[in-house]
Amino acid sequence: MAETAAPETKKNLSLRTSPAALLRAAFESGSVRGTVELSEITFLTMVGLRVGRDTEAGQRVASVTGGLPATCGTVSGAGDTSVLWLGPEEFLVVAPLEAHESLGGDLIQALREALADGEGQVVDLSANRTTFELTGPRSRAVLEKGCSLDLHPREFKAGTALSTEIGNIPVVLWKTGDESYRIFPRASFAEFLGRWLLDAMREYASPEVP
Amino acid sequence: MLLISCPNCGSRDETEFHYGGQAHVAYPENPNELNDREWAEFLFYRDNTKGAFAERWLHSTGCRQWFNMLRDTVTYEIQAIYPMGAPRPDAAGRTTPDTGTASTAADSTTTGSAAPSTSATSISSTTAPEGATK
Repeated sequence: MAETAAPETKKNLSLRTSPAALLRAAFESGSVRGTVELSEITFLTMVGLRVGRDTEAGQRVASVTGGLPATCGTVSGAGDTSVLWLGPEEFLVVAPLEAHESLGGDLIQALREALADGEGQVVDLSANRTTFELTGPRSRAVLEKGCSLDLHPREFKAGTALSTEIGNIPVVLWKTGDESYRIFPRASFAEFLGRWLLDAMREYASPEVP
Repeated sequence: MLLISCPNCGSRDETEFHYGGQAHVAYPENPNELNDREWAEFLFYRDNTKGAFAERWLHSTGCRQWFNMLRDTVTYEIQAIYPMGAPRPDAAGRTTPDTGTASTAADSTTTGSAAPSTSATSISSTTAPEGATK
């Protein structure tokens, strides 16, 4: 598989369509500058990882990713590669799109080699989910309309990722900063969740009622 | 709405979970030796307990792991949460075995347990007629 994906086979990547591409203009016009802004980050490299942390294979994989998170919510990683905890032996690696082998990256191959014949799996899930970025001081208020987690900063701190539901859509919610979130819905739910978030954001475009 | 304390993720909304039916239904030692009635009873016949009931749950939108729960079917009080494969803990004694990474105690997340349980027990013990619990 890796042999066929040689870097010199130039692919026309401009033909790729991201799951929420049709909402790009709506995200642009629906964002309220300085209050709450929504955008799609396209084609991030994502790898599904199933391996026990305490096994030898797990330690080899951890040396590639820069550690594996130990408990629910924690995110580990090195540089621009992050590993999100999904389950006791299940992790999601998120990396920039350049890490994908279609663009000459070697992350997935390195993970496969680290796992070798150890128990577990490394699966390219880049097309499984898309990424929404919700930023701004009102972003927590928008999420709280459809998420049952306690999103107060005293409970949900920056650098935490939890799989949960937003607007009844199963997502991974990753708080990347004090006022910025990354939301990973599955591709087929992206349009619905995008429109749901736009609807939830709409009230903040109007002047606040005193 | 129940708040269920997942052994891995802590307390989450009931909507994140899926129900897995009665726990501790053992697979028959020798399925070939069962007659049709016994096989049907293994497959389809389940207890319909009024009171503490051991059941399986799956945290489907979280860590995707199974666990067992001892729940009161009348009051919805969650009495214990324990891992798959562990024996059923004592209903009254609250002897929850060590659940590994459990972050919060099981009884800290039950909803509305105090008031309904007292009223329910008083009804069943004093005013309910004989046989009403069947």
